Order: sequence, then structure tokens, then C-alpha cells
Amino acid sequence: MEKTHLKMTVNSKEVELLVEPRQLLIHVLREELNLTGPHIGCESSHCGACTIDMNGMSVKSCTVFAAQAQDAEITTIEGLGSPDGLHVLQEMFKEHHGLQCGYCTPGMITRAHRLLQENSNPTEEEVRFGISGNLCRCTGYQNIVKAILAAAAKMNEVKESA
Amino acid sequence: MNESTPPKEERMAALSGLGTSRKRVEDARFTQGKGNYVDDLKMPGMLFGDFVRSPYAHARIKSINTEAALALPGVHAVLTAADLEPLGLHWMPTLAGDKQMVLADGKVLFQGQEVAYVVADNRYAADDGIQAVVVEYEELPVLVDPFKAELDDAPVLREDIADQTEGAHGPRRHPNHIFTWESGDRAATEAVLSEAEVVAEEMVYYHRTHPCPLETCGCVASMDKVNGKLTVWGTFQAPHAVRTVASLISGIAEHNIRIISPDIGGGFGNKVGVYPGYICAIVASIVTGLPVKWVEDRMDNLMATAFARDYWMQGKISATKEGKITGLWCHTTADHGAFDACADPTKFPAGFMNICTGSYDIPTAYLAVDGIYTNKAPGGVAYRCSFRVTEAAYFIERMIEVLAIKLGMDAAELRAKNFIRKDQFPYQSALGWEYDSGDYHTAWDKALTAVDYAGLRAEQAERLAAFNRGETRKLIGIGLSHFTEIVGAGPVKNCDILGLGMFDSCEIRIHPTGSAIARLGTISQGQGHATTFAQILASEIGIPAEDITIEEGDTDTAPYGLGTYGSRSTPVAGAATAMAGRKIRAKAQMIAAYLLEVHDNDVEWDVDRFVVKGAPERFKTMKEIVFASYNQAIPGVEPGLEAVSYYDPPNMTYPFGAYVCVMEIDVDTGTTEIRQFYALDDCGTRINPMIIEGQVHGGLTEALAIAMGQEIAYDEQGNVTTGTLMDFFIPTAWETPNYQTDFTETPSPHHPIGAKGVGESPNVRGVPAFSNAVHDAFKSFGLTQSHMPHDHWRIWKTANSLGLHD
Repeated sequence: MEKTHLKMTVNSKEVELLVEPRQLLIHVLREELNLTGPHIGCESSHCGACTIDMNGMSVKSCTVFAAQAQDAEITTIEGLGSPDGLHVLQEMFKEHHGLQCGYCTPGMITRAHRLLQENSNPTEEEVRFGISGNLCRCTGYQNIVKAILAAAAKMNEVKESA
Repeated sequence: MNESTPPKEERMAALSGLGTSRKRVEDARFTQGKGNYVDDLKMPGMLFGDFVRSPYAHARIKSINTEAALALPGVHAVLTAADLEPLGLHWMPTLAGDKQMVLADGKVLFQGQEVAYVVADNRYAADDGIQAVVVEYEELPVLVDPFKAELDDAPVLREDIADQTEGAHGPRRHPNHIFTWESGDRAATEAVLSEAEVVAEEMVYYHRTHPCPLETCGCVASMDKVNGKLTVWGTFQAPHAVRTVASLISGIAEHNIRIISPDIGGGFGNKVGVYPGYICAIVASIVTGLPVKWVEDRMDNLMATAFARDYWMQGKISATKEGKITGLWCHTTADHGAFDACADPTKFPAGFMNICTGSYDIPTAYLAVDGIYTNKAPGGVAYRCSFRVTEAAYFIERMIEVLAIKLGMDAAELRAKNFIRKDQFPYQSALGWEYDSGDYHTAWDKALTAVDYAGLRAEQAERLAAFNRGETRKLIGIGLSHFTEIVGAGPVKNCDILGLGMFDSCEIRIHPTGSAIARLGTISQGQGHATTFAQILASEIGIPAEDITIEEGDTDTAPYGLGTYGSRSTPVAGAATAMAGRKIRAKAQMIAAYLLEVHDNDVEWDVDRFVVKGAPERFKTMKEIVFASYNQAIPGVEPGLEAVSYYDPPNMTYPFGAYVCVMEIDVDTGTTEIRQFYALDDCGTRINPMIIEGQVHGGLTEALAIAMGQEIAYDEQGNVTTGTLMDFFIPTAWETPNYQTDFTETPSPHHPIGAKGVGESPNVRGVPAFSNAVHDAFKSFGLTQSHMPHDHWRIWKTANSLGLHD
């Protein structure tokens, strides 16, 4: 199958590679670029385990062709925080026990990160609605919501003191 | 006390031991996307295998043509039953004593069944190959209703065993009948029922559903032909059992098989069984000499890889006019699908369904379960439960409600009247279990007080009156549930899987500088073992939890154990951990005594050190003792500090709890809203309250899903109509309520630290609480029983059938 030349920016790094037109973005990220943080849970846009940030929006990368990401600006969970310092969302997920098996976590945090940029001071209801595209089988969401609200408060504190 | 010795409380806090809400050590890697799940594995030359699956529920296979598929670029091999037959691997034994086709052998018996296995460069090429395999089917009559399985015109499903009148669990009376399993005294129970003042009778159906962890099942098999060693990484909840089974069915010596469970993205029972995908990946790796990955997609997972429940429970419960229960009778028709692949201990083909007397002192009881074959997927796994305990809980907690209606008595009062009293423990149940401990009345009173039960009933009555006056269209339902589980399988004397006793294990090595590694026979799938088992050890050996590495899931390094399911990790492996820790401490005591130049019995344990009795200024800390074990020649004591414990539990553990659900139901739309959910759990000694609370939130949400919408449904042709997450309900954050958690603490008397297990409790007790709330709302209109899941459509139909839309 003829391959397409794909250029995109992933976690602030420019990448170029050849992909089959039918290849899904999640497979290219995971298998070609070794970014295994985003996971595959349903292949049908329902579970959100594959959530990434693409051109400033939360996108489920299991139902996007890689070719559609031409020139896109992509952030995956690997682009948040670093081994030396967790992102405040990552810290709050740990602090409030917002994860168990960890499989939904990268997508959930990536989504929460975008949510807090869309709405820096959400209510509990807005958080619940805002992450309703991301399924978790372990936590019952209660602590995820708590973690996101705590992260929002921390981020706002930092902003205010700046 | 020596002035340099910090106070006891400070030293205990430094350990982060039992009872601490220690933050999880797993989270740094998971929050950064650095977990290592099976689909993350990548190896040089790795191929991908996937299945051609049957579109039919029952059909004969007339031919399979693989030529076109093999001609495709990137396709390496296509396996069929004919290829596996010379190896004896076209069928495999199931955990329940039956056998199952690995690849369709002459016929298919359920939609989604594995027919051929395509091995290709990658998942895209495999899919091309799947499309190119041509299978010619001849459709056969389909059996989906277990009650029609033994009719004269029923199709015979399992032709391979049609003539066998004896199965793995006794006589079979029909080719579609698997077993009859009985517990209790039938004659005595029927006599009690026939003479009873009040008898309530109901058919309670717990529908077919699926554990559906967010990560599906998968593996990577790699046969190293140079050294003859097979390594399989996979989503295995019981890696050692998989190794033994793999050895028995493949003929590869067990020491040449290494099973590794990497991080697992949720299990909930789905990952206990052995599936055709594992066998085919192994064979494909042997054939190609390359590593082969198989990871099922969500549809494969929901259609083919196990299911849970599907129990039709016909019940009778008898009582005096005053509400004292005198007898319980149950006949269950169990739909097992096409192969009996239930994951139960060998002697329990219906699991622990005979815990169905619940929390009640029921003097006489009888249970019979008939296992039946149908054209549905095999499985019968324990979805977040200890082997059919969920079914038992739902049954008794529905029967209690039905009896309360019949008696005209409040259901909370009826429960309290019949609870096993605290002074009756250890309690011998009519169906043969010895309940280890409990204090049900205390928990129940605490729960009812916390929710202001009397106030809720008054509000409900007011709402009902307003409804009847036409002022509102919403009803209130109050769902109660109190259930005692039986978890921690189990004692080797009566619990085994494929002949392997259900003990578990822990091996500890203390390093010279005072840190440690402990390895266990279990495997975490999100429960946080690396965090909590270190806490158990910290309290036992006085080394801070943060200095203890916990490792699980690699059969080359971990001691043999039966894995994680059935809430068994804490009751069994947790006990092994404590016992291994005590062996370390016993040796440390001898070393400390030697160093302090006193007799062994003259030192005593004090949090993180041994002190000379009566002379607290003379002590040796664990750190000093550990180093001494490596650098001093101590007469009569071997160097080093290591211990292993294989723990065979003397009994199961019996966690219990009291739940109250308050639900608003819109009669016109069938929509529901959980207004309040109070969950009191008693899991004995609490190791990490934060993790317990997390388990309760998660288990309740799975209960919410099951009770309110989740099911694996089939149409009359045996087509799965809920094969994607579009149709298979998983609640989002939007539908999920906040839960109020609470606890009492009644330690298990036989467990080394008194712990009982908690992961499954909220699912087991949650389902009846949600379902009872629905029933309770409509109780005054004459509803006694309706079938789950209580989705909007079914609730609307219930309201409609009760004339509430007239």
C-alpha cells in the first residue's frame, strides 16, 4: 500500500514519517513513535483511553486517521510533566487516589488538562460533564473529579500569586 | 527509654504501616503514561495474530479456504483446527472440567467463536488476511433459551459429548445438560415450606453481563528455539496457573515456560480464564519462531471472551407470621453457553452460590443448580465477585424484600429480626459454611441512623401521597441491602483449580542496608498491591513501607500462587506476607539477642526494634539487626535474612456490610437519579483506608452499571446485540453519583492481621441495593419482581404495566 508523508509536531518535537493512508493516529503514536501513554480501549470513540490533544482540542485518536494529523500540533500524556516533576494534575490524581489500574489515566489527565484550559474554574458538575467522554472502570469517578477540582484550585493559586 | 529513641507513635508513623492512607507507589508511572501494559510491548520481528470469527451462533463448517489469505503480502500463516489437531491443541481443557474448542472443529457454537487464526506482520495485514479467509457454513437451529434446552426438539449442541451421561460434576440427563449441583437438605426444607405460615415465591433473574475491563485481553508469546524456552506476557490474573496449564496442554516442561503479567488494565474476573487467543499465539510463535502478539478488540472481548452471571433463580422463602424466617429453597437454571468454562474452584460448579442464606439465621435451606448449554459465549467468570457470590447476594436480598411485602413488614425490620447475632459466631450455615465473625446489628443500626431511615420512609410516603393526588410524577425508592460474602478462596482441603490448591505465597529478601523486596503469587490489576502489601510488611518487620519493593506476576521469580480474583489477595497472599514477615522477625529476634548478649526470650519487639525486657535503653534496631545478619558469624544462625511463606487459609473470610440507596424515579420517562448512596463496609482490619474507599467507589459504579443498564443480550438467532460500548452500558462521570462511605471493623479471627478483603463487596452488595430501590418505588402499586437491568425503557414498561400511565 502506498504510503503518505506525514509531518506533525508531537510534544513540541517535529516528527516526519511515512504512514499508510488507513493507519489510525493511535497506532502511529503508539507503534511508530513509541508513545504508549495513550491506550486503546474500544476503537469506537466511546471510552477515551486514546485521548490526545490535537490543535487545542481533545481528540480520540482511535478514530482519526494519521493522515488527518498533517501539520497538527499534538500533545500526549508524555508531553505533560516530566519524570523529575509531575504536572499538577498528575500530582493531584496521585494525592486524591484518582486512579487504580491506570489504563484510562493518560487519556483522562490529557482531557482534564484541556478542560481546565477551556474552563479554569469549573464546578463539580462542569468537571463531570467535561470528562464524560472518558470512561473509567475502577474509580467510580468520585476521586477523579476531586483531583481535577484540586488541580484547578492549585493552578489558580499559582496564577493569582504570579 | 534511650533519649535518642523517638516516641513510639513517631516511629510507627515513619513505617506507613497498617491503617495508613499511604499514597500509591504505582501512580507516578501510571499518571505519566509510563505503565507497561501488554499492548505496549514491542519486540524485533514481532507478528500480530487475530481471529476469523463466526457470524453464526450455531452452524456446521463445510469448508475453510485460506489460499487467498496466504497469498496476501504480510500474511505469514493461517491456523485452523486441522493445523492444531496433530498437536492435540484444537481443543483445550476448561477450568470447569469441560473442554473448549480452540479453533472451530467441524462446527461453531456461538457468535464470535474463533474459527481461524491469521498471523501477519501487523494488525492491519492480519485484518486483510481475515477478510480473505473463506468459510462456508451450514446454519443449524439455534438454542438461546436455557428453559428450552431439554425439550424434545432442542438441537444438540455438544455433539462431542452427546452420549456422555457422566460429566465432570456428576450425571447428565440430557445432551444439553451439564450438571446438577445440590447443597443443603431438600426434604427438610420442603417439609418446612409446606407447613410454613407464610411463603413467598419468586423467580429472580440475574442477567448475563460482562466484566469489560478497559484493557481487553491479550498476550505476546515468544518461543526461543535456541534455548527451548517459551515466554508469554499476558493479561493474566493467575500467571502461575497459566504456566501449569500451558505446560500440561502443550507438553513443554514447566521450567521452560515463563509467564509474565505486566501492568494489567483492570481484570474484574475477565482475565482469569485461558482463552483460544493465548493458545494460538503460542502455537504461532512456535510455528514462525517469532514473537506473536494477540490483543482482542472490544467487540471480540464482549462477544467471545467470557461473560458473567446468567442465573435464573427460582426461590421460596418461608417465615412465621411474626417474620422469623424458617426456610429457604432455590432452584437455579444456569446458562453456561457453549462450553462450561466457569472459573470456579473444582468442587464448586456453581461457585459459592450456597452462601445464598446471606446474613440471616435460616435454619433450613436447600439449593440446586442445573448447568445448561446454549449457543452463547462460554465463560461464567466471577465479575468482581467470589464465584457466584453476586448471584447469591442478589437472590437473597430480593427474596427478603419479597417476603417483607408478603408479611406487610418493613424490610429493614425484617432483616434485623433475622440477622445472625454477634454471639452466634462462628456460625454454621444451613448450606455448610462456617461464618468466621460478624456484628450485623451494629452495622445495620449505624447505617439506618446515618441515612435517617425513618425520615426517608416518611418522605417517601409523602411523595407517594402527592403522586396519588397528581401533584408529582416522581417516586422515591429506598433500596436496602445487607450481605455477607465468602471470599479468600481458599483452604486447600476444599478449594482447588485444576487440582492446584488455592494457597498463596510471599517470599521476602531483606537487603544488607535495611531495605527489602517481597514477591507474591498474586497480581495487581489496579488494587494497589505494591502499596498495601508493603504496608502489611512494614508493620510486621519494622522496615518503612517506602523501603520495600513489592513484585508480582513473573513466574520465574515469584513464588507459586493462584493469583488475584475472588477478593483472595489480602485474605490469602496478605496472610502469607504477614507470616513470612513473622519468620523474618523470629530470626531477627535471635540475632538481636545475640548482639545484646541476652537470651532470645529476654528481648521483645517494639515497632522497629528489639529491646531488652525491662531495659528499654538497650535495643537493636531492625536496620542494625539486618546488617548484622550479613556481616557477623552468629553461632547457630545462618547468614542472610530471607523468608518464604505458603499460606493455606484455615477458613474463608466473611466481609459484610450495609447499603442504602435513595433513588428518584420519573414514572413517565423511566429515568432515575441516585439521590443518596450510603455504603458501610466491614472488611475486618483496614490496611489502607484510602484504597478501601477507592475500591468501594469503583465497585459501586460497576454495580450501578449492572443493575441499571449493562447486559450481554442475544436475539433469537443468537446474535449479540450489545457488542460495543455503544450498546453495552458503562456509566460516565455524568451518571455516576457521589457515594458516602462508612465502616465498622470486625477483624477475622483466623487471619494473621484480621483482614477480610474488600474489592468485591461494593459490587456484590451494590447490585441488590440499586435494584431494591427500583422495586421499592413501585412496591405500593403491586410490583414484587422485575428483571434487571433497570434501564429507562424497562422502568417505563414496569410503570406502564402497573397502570401508572393511564
